[in-house]
Amino acid sequence: MKKWLNPRSAFGISLIAIALIALPFVAAMGGQAWVRIVNFAILYVFLALGLNIVVGFAGLLDLGYIAFYAVGAYAYALLASPHFGLHLPFWVILPIGALLACVFGVLLGSPTLKLRGDYLAIVTLGFGEIVRIFMNNLNAPVNITNGPQGITLIDPVAFGDFKFSGTTQIFGFALSGPQKYYYLLVVLSILVIIINLRLQNSRIGRAWQAIREDEIAAKAVGINTRNVKLLAFAMGASFGGVAGGVFAAMQGFVSPESFSLIESVMILAMVVLGGMGHIPGVILGAVLLSVLPEVLRYGVGPLQMAVFGKMLVDPESLRMLVFGLALVLVMRFKPAGLWPSPERKRELTGEA
Amino acid sequence: MQAKLSVVALSVAAAFALAACGQKEEPKPVAAPAAPAAPVAKPEVVVKLGHAAPMTGPQAHLGKDNENGAALAIEELNAKGLEIGGAKVKFELLAEDDQADPKQGSIVAQKLVDAKVNGVIGHLNSGTTIPASKLYADAGIPQISGSATNPKYTQQGFKTAFRVMANDVQQGKALGEFAAKQGVKTVAVVDDRTAYGQGLADEFKKAAEAAGLKVVASEFTNDKATDFKAILTKIKSKKAELVFFGGMDAQGGPMAKQMKELGIKAKFLGGDGVCTPEFMKLGGEAAEGNYCSLPGMPLEKLAKGPEFKDKFVKKFGTEIQLYAPYVYDAVMVMADSMKRADSVDPAKYLPAIGQTKYDGVTAMIEFDEFGDLKGGAISVYQYKGGKLEYVETLGGGAVATAQAEVKEAVAEVKDAAKAVAGAAADAGKEAVKAGAEAVKSAAEATKAAVEKK
Amino acid sequence: MDIFLQQIINGLVQGSIYALVALGYTMVYGIMGLINFAHGEVVMIGTLVTITVAGTMIKAGMPVVLAGFAGLSASVLVCMALGWGLERIAYRPLRNAPRLTPLITAIGMSIVLQNLAMMIWGRNYMTFPPLLPKMDFEVAGANFTAVQLIIVLVSSLTMGGLLLLVYRTKLGMAMRATSQNPAVASLMGVNINRVIAAAFVIGSALGALAGVMVGTYYEIAHYQMGFMLGLKAFTAAVLGGIGNLAGAMLGGVLLGIIEALGAGYIGDLTGGFLGSHYQDIFAFIVLIIVLMFKPSGLFGEKTGDRA
Repeated sequence: MKKWLNPRSAFGISLIAIALIALPFVAAMGGQAWVRIVNFAILYVFLALGLNIVVGFAGLLDLGYIAFYAVGAYAYALLASPHFGLHLPFWVILPIGALLACVFGVLLGSPTLKLRGDYLAIVTLGFGEIVRIFMNNLNAPVNITNGPQGITLIDPVAFGDFKFSGTTQIFGFALSGPQKYYYLLVVLSILVIIINLRLQNSRIGRAWQAIREDEIAAKAVGINTRNVKLLAFAMGASFGGVAGGVFAAMQGFVSPESFSLIESVMILAMVVLGGMGHIPGVILGAVLLSVLPEVLRYGVGPLQMAVFGKMLVDPESLRMLVFGLALVLVMRFKPAGLWPSPERKRELTGEA
Repeated sequence: MQAKLSVVALSVAAAFALAACGQKEEPKPVAAPAAPAAPVAKPEVVVKLGHAAPMTGPQAHLGKDNENGAALAIEELNAKGLEIGGAKVKFELLAEDDQADPKQGSIVAQKLVDAKVNGVIGHLNSGTTIPASKLYADAGIPQISGSATNPKYTQQGFKTAFRVMANDVQQGKALGEFAAKQGVKTVAVVDDRTAYGQGLADEFKKAAEAAGLKVVASEFTNDKATDFKAILTKIKSKKAELVFFGGMDAQGGPMAKQMKELGIKAKFLGGDGVCTPEFMKLGGEAAEGNYCSLPGMPLEKLAKGPEFKDKFVKKFGTEIQLYAPYVYDAVMVMADSMKRADSVDPAKYLPAIGQTKYDGVTAMIEFDEFGDLKGGAISVYQYKGGKLEYVETLGGGAVATAQAEVKEAVAEVKDAAKAVAGAAADAGKEAVKAGAEAVKSAAEATKAAVEKK
Repeated sequence: MDIFLQQIINGLVQGSIYALVALGYTMVYGIMGLINFAHGEVVMIGTLVTITVAGTMIKAGMPVVLAGFAGLSASVLVCMALGWGLERIAYRPLRNAPRLTPLITAIGMSIVLQNLAMMIWGRNYMTFPPLLPKMDFEVAGANFTAVQLIIVLVSSLTMGGLLLLVYRTKLGMAMRATSQNPAVASLMGVNINRVIAAAFVIGSALGALAGVMVGTYYEIAHYQMGFMLGLKAFTAAVLGGIGNLAGAMLGGVLLGIIEALGAGYIGDLTGGFLGSHYQDIFAFIVLIIVLMFKPSGLFGEKTGDRA
């Protein structure tokens, strides 16, 4: 902690802080849509960090992570919308959502403790689908989730009268809805980053690492692998739950479509592409993968016009193609991710 | 640690650069206000209309169809050279891909709001239209969807939300009544668990039960499935005489085919999602003799339908898939409202949309207090010889208004006849002639009114 | 009873398709422990190539048998080339990379192939030309078609052929050796690069065959058809014990039958609470239960610490 107080780090921190504060205004110059994209990027940072606990720290391959996000989102939607006529404040719901997701995490974790690698992957994938399918169908016989119709008119996050949707004037600044959510998200994700950093260097973090490297050895040195693994699932899941709650509030609408398998895959791709187990890497991966498709959306068309003078390929198809190629190429040339942790990098280069 | 932090700082800076690039790359529609160089020319105003539909993914063909419909309308409007508020208006289409994904839908909606569009046409799916409608409502931008049929869209209470198509409640109800008329007693209902399919199937079920039909099986599939044999076998065991499917053509076609393979004799009935050329292509022979419905009236039966079809095919070289005429009408209604309000300012012309009475390609368009199409008619079609054949038009106030018009016309005839009688008493030859002419014109009015509906 | 029989037939045919695709997964996994997520896309490309080749030939007036044969050969060739290319370009450089790296590559390749297919074949659903004569049979009140019969036959024969290949040929021996320990195998004179490439090529050829079968059965195709199919087949492979050929076959058939019976009967058994809307999760629930008791699938060998 002390190191942070020396002048050079202080300079770095303040630079980052200024950048983070200014970002929504810079992005807004390109339109509020860019603020929204940045918000989704932070939401993905949040999710990726949560999944990083499970995959990166504990080495458990989870392909159903989106289920926890869904649980959090639905918890928020049901407790703050006209659907049940409940309108609880968000600081009550977010912990409930986190707790609920945590319970689901343990539910998923307990039957899969014995499984490894790809077997675990397919079971978690199945779990994700099970949650989504239940949400899609629990509108009968008792209407709980409103089925495929989803839930609309979800309350925005609000402190008393200060609502996060719509534009408000603060100290002469006009703050748009997305910009306000941006600050909320930044505060939450700084919290998550701190928790992540502390976890990594804690007893638990080291236990996870031990399990990741060699489970039997970990057991032999007296780590209660069952509890520690469950804890990883539970912690990861709670982050997903909080992210889901914020997502529901930001969108004002949730439906099961948003929680498909491909989302789980995307989050996993963020963690691996950035550098598994390395927090800055994971953040980088999440930001890149969520912003890249949007940049491509606007870059591919005009670029073709500039180079060839006409549209050769439909920009929309090209966008996903470039995205897929980017995944392949990064993995080809940086197999440990774009920004792997130093130890991991050493391991890999040592082997080769 | 210090090194790390500066790296972070650097990467944040890089992110800024990225954001800035993105900003540069964003296509800025030339918001060319009046060209002051040419003194002769009237000031020109660019009216930007946003359009959102999936251009990628399994529904891309429908998205492209919608965009074509809008593009055609805009081309015609520009060719016409509309003048609003004393300035020449040039319409421009900002087309966006919402990938049929609610999250993308709201990002795309924000983009259109940022671009300060004057109005939005779309989205295609109810799933994207509903979350997007909140953004448009907050920004006060009128939105007319040509294809989102989920009742929820207009029930949220947004003043900016309109649609030019009958909603699922109207359609499901009409279909339920139609099924009852077919002489069947037992029906099976299948839906694809999407917002559209489930909404339609539920309304159908209600209407069918109200009409005295027995729902013997409720089965489900999903919008990516190709194999329906398990649920169809179950339906076979329940001896349903009619199978209703709430879903899209990509599932409906193979489903009809597999029904035949399993030796199921029941009729197949579906909503607008299966009333497409695609359905017949995918269903092959099995499509033959089955029924489906479309909101509105068949193009051929509409005064302007065949003309629209010709124009469309000529311009794009492809057949109309599904919603293009509705999207076309949506654009026209928006332009019409701007003209009546004599303003392209959303705040000013929004009230005018509510008062629309526009004779479009698809219907006489009027809105109720929710923004739903007033008395949306539903037409039933039958697949015959590889073509959709019009069977009848059901429900909706369209028929009622047509009848009212006929009644009015008949009353006119009567009045005219009375006048004739009176005139005859006067024995004024001229008067008789005038009276007879009045009768004739009134009769023609009746005929026109009947034909129109 | 006729309904029960019909459901078994439905499940058996669907399951044979899963099995055929699962064999491709297992072939690759058995040798190098890699989930080739792009395998579903290989199947999709197999179907679409057949449509193009056979469709054009039929339109040109050539006999259906010839067109069908040409379509099948073309798609097998294209897919073999594709499989070889995938291995050479995408996976071979990653052989010593962390376990998750090739998985992300596979996902990336899957996205790339889907979008390439969309550019080539368009976004619309396509109809598959009728390559086999339509023949319906009825036994004890249950209906089935010639195509269904052929699908079950083809996948059983394929599995038999693969078993022969792996256990009776020199290449098969090399494959088993590589799967046991690549380093030792290469010391024994096995060219592991060639063996792995062969596994990919054979797996992809199976994918093409599966693609043709899927096309003939459902008569439709689409650039996104491979994803769900691949996922189900992968589930089947894991259920049977991934890496085990007989396990893949059994897993596939079991999965198909579970789905059919689940959709057909669970609804009535639970009073309509769990109807066919839960069809897709019956398979997963069975999978979870099986794995709880047999953590490496029904036929899977006990894997080492790190799979």
